[in-house]
Amino acid sequence: MAPKFCVDIKQEWDIVKARQLGRDRAREIGFGTVDQARLATAISELARNIYLYADSGKICFEITDETDRKGICVISLDTGPGIQNISRVMEDGYSTSGGLGAGLPGVKRLVDQFDIQSEEEKGTEIRVIKWLR
Amino acid sequence: METLNTEIHNYRNLLKHYIQIRDEQSLYGAEQLSKAFIKDNVPPEEIINLHIRAMAELYPDSPDHFQDSMNFLLEVMISYGIAHQEYRSLREEQSELKSEIAVAANMQDTLLTTTKPEVDGLDIGVVSVPAHQMSGDYYHFLKGEDDSLGIAVADVIGKGIPAALCMSMIKYSMDSLPEATMSPKTILKNLNRVVERNVDSSMFITMFYAQFLPYENKLWYASAGHEPGFHYDAATKTFEEIKAKGLVLGVTPDTDYREYERTIDKGDMVILLTDGVTECRQGDRFIETDEVLGVIKQYADLPAQEMVNKVYKHFERMQNFQLRDDFTLIVLRKEV
Repeated sequence: MAPKFCVDIKQEWDIVKARQLGRDRAREIGFGTVDQARLATAISELARNIYLYADSGKICFEITDETDRKGICVISLDTGPGIQNISRVMEDGYSTSGGLGAGLPGVKRLVDQFDIQSEEEKGTEIRVIKWLR
Repeated sequence: METLNTEIHNYRNLLKHYIQIRDEQSLYGAEQLSKAFIKDNVPPEEIINLHIRAMAELYPDSPDHFQDSMNFLLEVMISYGIAHQEYRSLREEQSELKSEIAVAANMQDTLLTTTKPEVDGLDIGVVSVPAHQMSGDYYHFLKGEDDSLGIAVADVIGKGIPAALCMSMIKYSMDSLPEATMSPKTILKNLNRVVERNVDSSMFITMFYAQFLPYENKLWYASAGHEPGFHYDAATKTFEEIKAKGLVLGVTPDTDYREYERTIDKGDMVILLTDGVTECRQGDRFIETDEVLGVIKQYADLPAQEMVNKVYKHFERMQNFQLRDDFTLIVLRKEV
């Protein structure tokens, strides 16, 4: 398995660290400027969700190397309150933080694969993958 | 992707040409290109990237700070790109919703349809137009076995889909009443019970029910808080309000309605309407009842259907062809 990098998200500054780490990994494996920026924005959204809604959590990165394609996988793990109604937070226009954030639908649009699991009172795990074009 | 490649190529050439001679032609080309990008759903950050690449090819020696600034701009555009995609998908959803509503509106037309009856000696005109796709107004004709004619006009306080759903219920309750033997006050009493039991307490329905007995020259009627109609007296050429007291449907379970009687002579007209007619607006001003009657009088010599059509056209135009409320106007003229 490829090496895994993680950033603990405790304060707002950690969001920047996660973005930086993600962007560096993306650049290393050959992502272009636009996709680096998209990935960084997706990481921002995920990390900000942890920062705002969960007690503790982390953002991890894995390089996904398959025979015919290569990509980067971002995993957001938290031990927050969990999401009650996932289909609702995946709806466009629904955002608890007042609407300006791209929210999870925005994250989904920025990446190629999106998977979310959440358990109330336990936490949330989101895995997204962006493939190298 | 094929088209995108052509666009990249076009973009670079246009940009080059423009920087050389700064002509309007190139800017016109940029406009065309911009439309093509929108059509192909190219997000703003992609366009900036295109610009960066084109500039790098055209001016490989441009200073670092310029390139850095462009990368910075690209980063700023990412969220706009998401917002743009969201806008697109919401717009698709909206058009799906619109077509669903159109189907529902068609169904409503079929469900609520009532045919204008042929009654000897009576000329009837009806116009009923919703403000939005679905109507909260309702009218219905019932021809009794004794040649009597029942006419219901109802209005749900509120517009659009909730009002329309409510109206379908009224229609089916009316269908289930044993029509021929019922008097206006009994019909309203029954409907009131149905509405009170089945409709949310925040929703009110007003209704005017009239029964016309042609051989007795009599109009029997009762009202559940509905906009009063008018009686046009042919002899004096004047209008009189058809006053009737009664509580709107659905407020209390056991409401009794009072029944009124009126003599209709030859040439007289009975005008029934909803508040979409009397509350027409010109700019911010509500029109006066006298204005409505004035317009009706203006066309009083026409056959009833032509008359209501003309009156509707008048107010439609006055409101700049945008109705604020559902508009229903019924005219009965006694010919013999």
